[in-house]
Amino acid sequence: MVESYDVAIIGAGVCGANIARRLSQYELRVALLEKEIDVSLGTSKANSGIIHGGFHDNIKYLKAKLELQGAMMFERLHNELDFPFERCGILVVALHEDEMRAIEQLYLQGVENGVIGIEMCSRERMLELEPKLSSDTVGGLYAPTGGIVEPYRFVFSLVESARKNGVELITQFNVAEAVSENGFWTIKAEDGRLIRARYVVNSAGLHADEVSKAFGGEEFTIKPRKGEYYLLDKTTKSRPGKVLFPVPTAVSKGMLVVPTVEGTVLLGPTATTVEDKEDFSTTRAELDGILKSARSMVPSISETDVITSFAGLRPVYGDDFFIDISKKAVNLIQVAAIQSPGLTASPAIGEYVKDLLKKLGLRLVEKADWDPYVRKVPRARDLSPFELDELVKKEPEYGEIVCRCERVSEAEIVKAIRDGHTTLDGIKYVTRAQMGRCQGGFCTYKIIKILMRETGMSYEEVTKRGGDSVVLKGEL
Amino acid sequence: MKNFNFDAVVIGGGAAGMASALELKKRGSSVVIIEREEELGGILMQCIHNGFGLIEFNEELSGPEFAQRVHEQVEAQTIPSFCGTTVLDIRPEGDRKIVYCVSSREGVMQIQARAIILAMGCRERNRGNIRIPGSRPSGVFTAGLAQRLVNIEGYIPGKDVVIIGSGDIGLIMARRLSWVGCKVHAVVEILPYPSGLTRNIVQCLNDFNIPLYLSHLTTEIYGKDRVEGVEITPIQNGALVYEKSFRIPCDTVLLSVGLVPENELSRNAGVEINPATNGPWVDSTLMTSVPGIFACGNVLHVHDLVDYVVEEARRAGSFAADWLAGKHPVRELRVKTGANVRYINPSRVDPSRQNKLYLRSLIVKNDSVLEVKVDNRVVKQLKKAHIQPSEMLTVSLGPDELAQSGMDAQIEVSLL
Amino acid sequence: MPHGGHMQEMICITCPIGCHLSIEKISDEEISVTGNKCQRGAQYAREELLSPKRVVTATCRLKQLSNQTATVGQAAADSLYKPRRVPVRTAKAFPKERIPELLTLLYQHEVSLPVERGQVIIPDALGTGIDVIAERTMA
Repeated sequence: MVESYDVAIIGAGVCGANIARRLSQYELRVALLEKEIDVSLGTSKANSGIIHGGFHDNIKYLKAKLELQGAMMFERLHNELDFPFERCGILVVALHEDEMRAIEQLYLQGVENGVIGIEMCSRERMLELEPKLSSDTVGGLYAPTGGIVEPYRFVFSLVESARKNGVELITQFNVAEAVSENGFWTIKAEDGRLIRARYVVNSAGLHADEVSKAFGGEEFTIKPRKGEYYLLDKTTKSRPGKVLFPVPTAVSKGMLVVPTVEGTVLLGPTATTVEDKEDFSTTRAELDGILKSARSMVPSISETDVITSFAGLRPVYGDDFFIDISKKAVNLIQVAAIQSPGLTASPAIGEYVKDLLKKLGLRLVEKADWDPYVRKVPRARDLSPFELDELVKKEPEYGEIVCRCERVSEAEIVKAIRDGHTTLDGIKYVTRAQMGRCQGGFCTYKIIKILMRETGMSYEEVTKRGGDSVVLKGEL
Repeated sequence: MKNFNFDAVVIGGGAAGMASALELKKRGSSVVIIEREEELGGILMQCIHNGFGLIEFNEELSGPEFAQRVHEQVEAQTIPSFCGTTVLDIRPEGDRKIVYCVSSREGVMQIQARAIILAMGCRERNRGNIRIPGSRPSGVFTAGLAQRLVNIEGYIPGKDVVIIGSGDIGLIMARRLSWVGCKVHAVVEILPYPSGLTRNIVQCLNDFNIPLYLSHLTTEIYGKDRVEGVEITPIQNGALVYEKSFRIPCDTVLLSVGLVPENELSRNAGVEINPATNGPWVDSTLMTSVPGIFACGNVLHVHDLVDYVVEEARRAGSFAADWLAGKHPVRELRVKTGANVRYINPSRVDPSRQNKLYLRSLIVKNDSVLEVKVDNRVVKQLKKAHIQPSEMLTVSLGPDELAQSGMDAQIEVSLL
Repeated sequence: MPHGGHMQEMICITCPIGCHLSIEKISDEEISVTGNKCQRGAQYAREELLSPKRVVTATCRLKQLSNQTATVGQAAADSLYKPRRVPVRTAKAFPKERIPELLTLLYQHEVSLPVERGQVIIPDALGTGIDVIAERTMA
């Protein structure tokens, strides 16, 4: 018996997750298909986590329009869902006099786009807004509406909300073929599983071109462009209070210094085209460039504060979002080439795709009982001693601190596992355990044991992120 | 919230914590040990190899045996300990300190004390700290994590292993993994000489014919889901010779690339950290920059011999007891690092009594001399048959050497 | 073992100097040692060449592994964080060539709790007269 859905969304990254949640508000059977073992493991896992200021791109671009709309939707989402978010503000830093012309362009673009509160700043004002800036700063741009978010927690929470409202998440579903017959798409996974759907949304990120091909849709090629990052310890003295951008080049927004919402500092990203869509490796040469660039804006940044590095991949095709009704494949919506400002635009992408589906004839009947809220999981790290004490009395596992670096309790890890995050990486991204100074040196063995206890997995089934990423190879 | 009151709180129940608590109790102070594992003993509990206690107990013991011997003394002295308890914060409040800690049994507890002994030990440096480029497969472990998994949990992390770093932990694990059936293909060391003890080179590498690559850097870890191998590059005249890079296929990488004192709690409590040791600045009484907070063991500086940890911890306990009794050093002199000395702890001495200093060399040398000068006048010379950076040295200075020195005398310790 | 005339290199580990020794086996009981700074080096070389021994440390399985059914609070903490192995060691240095055999024996052996530090786990292991003892007390 092959399951039938009204809509199948392919790809559970930040776009797919937003679309799924938006559609969960209607009386529809929706399936969210994801090729990995968990959501948010593609481009959405490794990026700068920024809610952009809406001044980088001309309004003629779809990405600019959606960025502006999306940016304004975060307060509400933050209220309804469970992810960290802060509007800390963005500064674009000019280090030479000739960069001020570019700054002015950005300012004018921001004004044209209707960005609230955007201003041009003198050197004095820049240093006042951000005392850690280099004294070489000559001036810049301040966008107080810019913000920071934890991208994977945003995605996890969107998916949790969607599932709560009836969306079915199907993981490890790698789309191989699709056949259209009798008004339905029959979609086959690599492992042979089948599902049927009337409408399909292709939000498959790095693999959107392959998915489009499987459906006989538009032909295009996604080229992965790697961005490498450094992460600084939260105890670093070089943490700025606002997101720092250099003056952008033609190709990229440049390498940033981002005070993450969890207290660490992100440096990067670089930009190099690579061949392999699964190549998340870091390279020595790129990493050296990051420190140099970061220090030009914040001279006090020290190598000794680096706790880890990682890489993300941008899905590159053209210079705008490719979000449209397919002209070649019936009832298919393409949501491809979502580079920066994809995360910022994503809530608006959810709206936009819903409207495109409506245009295609999908009947949208609102659910009477749609629940926008998810339970905000208390986190031991966010609680005062008194609050924690109260919580431990009700749920003793909150008093068992498993990850000391990030202060993550057993209760949070158990909840993550019960929510379906059954890999070391999944647990890491949801709870932050293994993300601190010791990078899992102390807590990994405990997490493995909790995982085995909660799921009944044997030691050979514990993986870092599914597939062959097995952790233990034998038992004495 | 449960409230407790003690003269002193010891944070960490390993060798340093237990020894300092014993000393405090002996001197009549009320003391409690807070430990986040379910039992006391610290990292010794997973160090099942022998080599501990030659100085302290005149016997060669394994880690658990050493720990238990000290633990038995703690029990005999009925020193209370809160196990399975994690310290959240240390807040100085007037002349008291409040330690907030939590356990699943008791919830959050408030422990008030006048003195605190920091004995939290250290953590391992990891891949992120040394930034080995490449993919992010499973199968990369720090040596200590692998040790825990094998010795306490009974799991084998992999089959074909490459160990990065020739420090003692890596060498010990080379033997351990060989003894549980793994094949250790190589130990890769960036320096031109091994970091660990020669005894371990012989008994952990030579015994198993495991090649040691000196002056080599690990320039890549590759593998899609699980480690598939590492790329090693030789260093010649200080530069990487990429043309001579080669790959070693393996499914497991162990990192033994150094230890870092674990001072997040210390920093949050306002304790100033010495960047040379990554541990707190301490005076001649092992007291940090916050009055009444003392530090000893690996949290102060990374030790190699647990016997020295215990000795240092006893002194910290004794000084803390002095401080509780209102006794402070009248005069302190600064000690500077001279030639070839990486750091010296503490960096202050009390000229009115005996002081024990611990230091590390920057060089490897046979037939060396440890020289102490006061205002450029040599006051002490010790012959050292062999010195190397990974072996901590000690020197004792007291009234014999220091009584004549003036108010701002400069003391310098060198290795020649 | 190579017969007379064959030089062997070895590092003495008796003290931190680590003298590089050159050893020649003259007969089944006689060896010639050079490179040592003291007598202990000669002694070490002799032992190492003629009858090398090592203290062996390992872990044994526990007969009653912790009950994993509890899921909350104290019982859960106990079951999750209790060690699954007993650390053991040979009471004295053990003949090197028989170590693989000894390890096989140890990994097959199961220890019943409680066990005391120093308690003999396997007496006279492999007929060598050397006991294997527990390194710690476990209840």
